Amino acid sequence: MVPISYYLLLAAALFCMGMFGVLVRRNALVVFMCVELMLNAANLTFLAFARMHGDSIGHVSAFFVIAVAAAEAAIGLAIVIAVFRSRGSILVEDIRTMKH
Amino acid sequence: MNIELILFGAFALLTLLSAGMVIFARSPINSAMALVSTFFFLAGLYVLLWAHTVAVLQVLVYAGAIMVLFLFVIMLLNLSESPSRGKPTLARILGGAATVGLLVVLGIALSKLPAGPPPSMGIEAQATFGTMATLGQVIFTQWLLPFEAVSLLLLVAIVGAVVVAKSRI
Repeated sequence: MVPISYYLLLAAALFCMGMFGVLVRRNALVVFMCVELMLNAANLTFLAFARMHGDSIGHVSAFFVIAVAAAEAAIGLAIVIAVFRSRGSILVEDIRTMKH
Repeated sequence: MNIELILFGAFALLTLLSAGMVIFARSPINSAMALVSTFFFLAGLYVLLWAHTVAVLQVLVYAGAIMVLFLFVIMLLNLSESPSRGKPTLARILGGAATVGLLVVLGIALSKLPAGPPPSMGIEAQATFGTMATLGQVIFTQWLLPFEAVSLLLLVAIVGAVVVAKSRI
């Protein structure tokens, strides 16, 4: 049997990798992919705790996270397309109209 | 050294390797492909946690639908090869330092958890835990209103994506 803390440590590592990608990468699409990594780390934590307590609520939470991730991907990619059409670039450093 | 621990180690290592490829790949296509393999290995981990339904949803929705959307957008934008990775600016160094700090804090917090194996369940609980029938029963009794709210959220997301991405209504 694998201890639950192994799963939680793996989820923490995965979350930190996603956060690193969000903070460091310049391409907006790759930033979105790193957000998906962070959501998956959250899912892994939910499922590990569900296994630990023998409760199905963690599975329901993971189901909702997946649904929200699908909605987020649809809206985010539409925004990326709109920005690329008007600016010609999806590098996050070039998009700073709303800075200040 | 039992088979479950070996499987966990293999899946965990492959997940971390693929996630690293997502972050450090040069072109977005390679990132997307590495992300697909990350999702598959994570589905294997979910099966080890007896979450079969969520593992199936992971492969169907994440590795199927969402990644197709990503690849479609990458192909549509037809990006030229990204130039150099850029110089390490102050923001990037601070970002890396913040990530390492968060990892250390999380590791300290999680290492204080009890390290024993998860509590064992009875035979009948093992047979029903994480199956589609159990999940459906919980969702359609206790969580019916959030479930319907999620369907409304997906509808709004579809309409919003069409409105945002369309050049002229």
